[in-house]
Amino acid sequence: MKLLQLSPSDLRHQLAGNGVWLRTGPFSLRIRSRLPRVAEGLTELYGQFEVRNAHQAFADFHVELNPPSRLRRWFRPQVNFSFDGAQPFKPLPLDQAYPMLEWGLNWCVSMHAHHYLIIHAAVVEKNGLAAILPAPPGSGKSTLTAGLVLSGWRLLSDELTLIDRRTGLLHALPRPVSLKNQSIDVIRQFSPEAFINRVSHDTAKGSVAHMRPPRDSVLRQHEPARPGWVIFPKWEAGAETRLTPRSRAETFMFLAQNAFNYSHLGADGFRVGTTLIDHAHCYDFRYSTLSEAVAAFDRLAERRAV
Amino acid sequence: MLSCTLRLPDSVTRFSMGEWDLLVRQARSAGLLARVRHVLARHQLTEAIPAVARWHFDAAATLAAKQQLAVRWEVDKIRTALKGLAFPFILLKGSAYVVANLPAASGRLFNDIDILVPRAQLGAVEAALMLAGWHPALLSDYDQRYYRRWMHEIPPLQHAVRATVIDVHHAILPDTARYHPDSATLRSRAVAVADMPGVQVLATEDRILHSATHVFHDGELPHGLRDLTDLDLLLRDAAADPDFWPRLTARANELQLGRSLFYALRYLRYFLDTPIPDSAIAALERDKPNRLTLALMDRIFTRVLAPDHASCADRFTPAARLATFVRAHWLRMPVHLLIPHLLHKAFVSPYQRNEKPA
Repeated sequence: MKLLQLSPSDLRHQLAGNGVWLRTGPFSLRIRSRLPRVAEGLTELYGQFEVRNAHQAFADFHVELNPPSRLRRWFRPQVNFSFDGAQPFKPLPLDQAYPMLEWGLNWCVSMHAHHYLIIHAAVVEKNGLAAILPAPPGSGKSTLTAGLVLSGWRLLSDELTLIDRRTGLLHALPRPVSLKNQSIDVIRQFSPEAFINRVSHDTAKGSVAHMRPPRDSVLRQHEPARPGWVIFPKWEAGAETRLTPRSRAETFMFLAQNAFNYSHLGADGFRVGTTLIDHAHCYDFRYSTLSEAVAAFDRLAERRAV
Repeated sequence: MLSCTLRLPDSVTRFSMGEWDLLVRQARSAGLLARVRHVLARHQLTEAIPAVARWHFDAAATLAAKQQLAVRWEVDKIRTALKGLAFPFILLKGSAYVVANLPAASGRLFNDIDILVPRAQLGAVEAALMLAGWHPALLSDYDQRYYRRWMHEIPPLQHAVRATVIDVHHAILPDTARYHPDSATLRSRAVAVADMPGVQVLATEDRILHSATHVFHDGELPHGLRDLTDLDLLLRDAAADPDFWPRLTARANELQLGRSLFYALRYLRYFLDTPIPDSAIAALERDKPNRLTLALMDRIFTRVLAPDHASCADRFTPAARLATFVRAHWLRMPVHLLIPHLLHKAFVSPYQRNEKPA
C-alpha cells in the first residue's frame, strides 16, 4: 500500500501510536511522531512510497520526532530526534521538525549502512548510467540535482551515494531533495510542476525546503545503476556552461575524503572506490543557467548511449 | 531477546520478524551486534538470519574488524612512545583480548585503550605519551585533583590527531576503595605478548578477576551485558585447563576480589548459562553476601545488566540504575570523602562548566 492511500487522519493516528512503517530505497523505517508538521511533510513528499502496519514488521531504523518535554510546549517549542531511544542531536526549534527528520534519516544511513561505501554526493541516472555529483555545500549541487530530475533524469539520491560493496552498483534512495535559500526560488521558476514543501527558516543551513521526488524515481527505487560519471558542479554567476576533464587519481582522493565510511571499510573501501573510478569519466562542471546545464548533461548521456 | 539468543542460539530459528527486529535493536544498544553474528556463525546459524536483517550484522562486523586493526596499530604507537622506558606496560580489557588473540576479542567494539603501569612511573609514562601526541582531556581543576589524588588512573589522554583515548592506570581499583588488590602482585604474574616486546597482558585468572571487578564496581553500566559476554568467553576459553577453577577462586581470595567474582559467576549463570562448576561457587561461600543483600542485588543486577533499551526496562529499572551508581560510589570511597565529593558534583560542577575558556 502507498502512503497516499492512507487518509490524513489515519496517518496522524498511526504516527502518534505504533508508528508508520515506510520503505525508502534499500531501507525500511518506523517513524513515530505526534507533530502535525511531520505528518504533513510525509503526506506531501512521500505519497508514492510503500507503507505497512508497523506492528510485527522488521524495520532498519526506528525513529521518533517529538517535543523534548511538555514544559517547553508554550515557550519556544522544540523538537527532538530519537534513534531507537537515543538522541544523537540537540533539540531544534519546532519549525524545523520536518528538515530534522530528513537530516536524522541521513545520519541513520551514514552511521550504520557499512555494507555500502557511502559518499556524500548526489546521484542521478539516465540510460542506465549514473552521474555522481560530489561537491562542497554552496556549489549548487542540490539545485542541479533538482533541475536534472525535473528534466527526465532519474533521482537516486541528493545526499548519499550508496555503492554496493559486492557489485559496485549504485543503489537508489530517492528521498525528497533538500533545497536551500535561493535555490528554492530557482527551482520554483525552473519548473512550475515541482512540488516544494513549506520553508523552515533560520536553520543551521539557512532557509530549507524539500522537493517531492519524481514519481518514476520512486517506482524504480529498487533498480540499481552503473557508475558513468563523477562530475563536480560549480555554479558561478555569468559563467559559461563548460565541462573540463579531471584527473581520476585526484577525483578518487576527493571521494575518499568525502565518504562517510571509507576508513571503516579498510582495504575494501580502496578496492570499491578505485573500481568505481575506473568505470567513470571525471569532469569539472561550471554553469550559471540551469536549463543550459541540463542540456549539457543530456548531451553527455547521449554520447555514451550506444 | 538478546540474552536468550546468546544463551540458546538455536532459538533464533523460531524467531518471528518482530522478534528479529527487537534482537537487532537490543544488540545494537548493547554494542553486541557483531558478537551475536559471531555466535550465530559458530553455531552454523548464519542462514537463519532473514535477508532484511542480515546487513545490520555484517555492517557491525565490518566496524568491529576495522576497530581490531586500529587497536593493534594504536598499541604499536603506544609501544613506540614508551620504548625509552625501562619497563613493560600491561594492556587491560579489550585491547588485551585482541593482542592475546582470545575469543573474547570476537566482534568486540572499543571506546579506549586501558594500560597499567607502576605507580612510581606514572609521571614518566604521561610525559612520554604527551610527547607522542596524547593530551589530557579538558577537565575542571576539581576533576583533575580528584583523579590524581584518589583514583586508580590519571585523567584520560586523547591523541591530538587520531582522537584515540588511553586510560593510564596504576591499579585496578581506586586507592580509596573497600578492597585493594595489590598491583605489584598483578604485575609479577603478567605475561609477555608474542611479537610485541615491551607489551604484557595480565595472567588468565587476573584478567578474569579484573573484568569481574570492573563490572561490579562501576557506577554506570552502558555495556553491562557486553562485559558479561566478555567474561563468559574468557571463562569458557580458560576452563579448558582442568586446574583452572580452583586456581581462579584461590587467586580471588588472594587479591580480595572474591565478592566481585561471586557476583560475576552468579549473573553469568543467570544471563548466559555459562558452564560454571558448583565447586567454584562453593569455594566462594565465604564471600557470599547475606540473604537479604543478595535478594536486593539480584533485583538490581538483573535489571542493570540487561541491554539499556526500552524493551528491557520495567518500572524499577531507573531505581536499579540509581542504586548501582550509589553502590559503586559507596565501594569506591569512604563516607568522609564521598559526601563532599557528591556535594561538589551536585552543586559546584554544573555551574563551572561554562566558565572554561573555549
